Amino acid sequence: MTGVPFDLQLLNLCAALLLLLSFAMLAQRRIVTLVNLLTVQGSLLLIATLLLAHRTGEKHLYLSAALTLALKVVGLPWILHQLIRRLRVYWDTEPLLNISGTMLVGIVVVVFSFGLAQPIAALASTATRNAIGIAVAVILLSFLTMITRRKAMSQVVGFLSMENGLFFGAMSATYGMPMVVEFGVALDVLVAVLVLGIFFFQIREQFDSLDLHHLERLREQQPRGKES
Amino acid sequence: MKPLELVTQLLELIAALAAAPLFLGWVNQCRAWLQNRRAPSIWLPYRGIRKLFYKDAVVAEGASSLFRAAPYIVFGAMVVAAGIIPSMGTRLPFTIAADAIALVGLLATARVFQSLAAMDIGTAFGTLGARREMMVGFLAEPALLMVIFVASMISTTTALPAIAENLASQQLALYPSLAFTAVAFTMVLLAENARIPIDNPATHLELTMIHEAMLLEYSARHLALLEWAAALKLFNYACIGFALFVPWGITTGVDNPLTLLASIPLLGAKLAVTGAALALVETLSAKLRVFRAPEFLATAFLFAVLGLLVHLLLEAGR
Repeated sequence: MTGVPFDLQLLNLCAALLLLLSFAMLAQRRIVTLVNLLTVQGSLLLIATLLLAHRTGEKHLYLSAALTLALKVVGLPWILHQLIRRLRVYWDTEPLLNISGTMLVGIVVVVFSFGLAQPIAALASTATRNAIGIAVAVILLSFLTMITRRKAMSQVVGFLSMENGLFFGAMSATYGMPMVVEFGVALDVLVAVLVLGIFFFQIREQFDSLDLHHLERLREQQPRGKES
Repeated sequence: MKPLELVTQLLELIAALAAAPLFLGWVNQCRAWLQNRRAPSIWLPYRGIRKLFYKDAVVAEGASSLFRAAPYIVFGAMVVAAGIIPSMGTRLPFTIAADAIALVGLLATARVFQSLAAMDIGTAFGTLGARREMMVGFLAEPALLMVIFVASMISTTTALPAIAENLASQQLALYPSLAFTAVAFTMVLLAENARIPIDNPATHLELTMIHEAMLLEYSARHLALLEWAAALKLFNYACIGFALFVPWGITTGVDNPLTLLASIPLLGAKLAVTGAALALVETLSAKLRVFRAPEFLATAFLFAVLGLLVHLLLEAGR
């Protein structure tokens, strides 16, 4: 990659670090650290957006960078930290699959998504088209994070990280979505987190815990047998 | 074969043999400084080896000839490995014999013989150490191979000197894949050389030791050879790291003795920095439980595989 300009090299580095962060989130059991990782992911997204805006000279990317800064670096992490403090959930319980196993599944997921993104990347004409595979991988790894967790809190973090992946994918495929869509998505995510925050309190009120496996039992009067 | 190539080869072998205990001494010294202890002399490994060579050897009862032969085999394997790895120049006559994958095999051979010898005398500690060593080894080896594959794919060859030459001559660029594999390689280096997150080389505590447990029954010249071999292994791993990740300053030309001379102090400087960094990593991290070692090495493997995937996606398609 000798002929690649420096800002594109930096963008590739950002993409690689995003992938690494997804794996770090997959392996992380402490919820506070998970939220901090989400903040770092948002910051990387911000840097990538700014680099791309600088490179292409598209004005609307600066606007979306500002949106990323406000929402993903400052706003959502702040709300999540507040929620963690209020609900006193600091650790996720043991994940459904052990860490090494999850990692291996993660590698398979990455290989799959790289294969999946190959034809899309061949059609795209942007300079960052190679990062589409990484964006798909980030989305699927966030899915995996949501699947392997029990606590509602870590599942929400997985959901937000998936949105970050989608954003990065749109950015590397077509230099960002139209501004209206972007604002709409941002608002949706913000509202979703607020609503889910209320849900958390409701779930805890009902079950004295945020473990979502309690939701699988239908009624109180069912006998307390083996969980299945 | 040109005479200068032979000189380079001999120089590398002699440098590895002579400087390996010095490197170990330097790492130990840095570690002592960082831990606010009075540092042992940097020459201490030499004195230990000399002292052991003067002593009379005692062999455990019921030891077979394998037990006696193992130190020579392990030491020999490490010396051959030192001859293959380009530490100062890349034009080495020996390297036709083996590429990077064979080098990994060579290191594995040494490990197998050391473990067999440890089990040969049938003491509990020897067997325990051998089993743990094999466990660490079988987890670390795929990670090491993956690291080498990434470098091989970038320079489209598995010969270590050619990889070093290729990477040294390339224009400076950000390689995310190489950054990932460098992390993986550091983790493998720590695990393979019985350094702190996996094993503590300074302790003989029964429950935690791995490498020391295998050497418990050895004495005198056998022990000296094995300790020298351990120092050589650390030196070799450091040199593999230099060849893959910081190959600058290595002699790639053929007919210039001056650049060869210049690469000697450069190697020394690289080793000094690496030793200090190694001591820092060891001081900052705590020893992991043995059962956490697979997690540590799985992470190393993950880093290496991610390096490979990122290389395929971001760098290869251009």
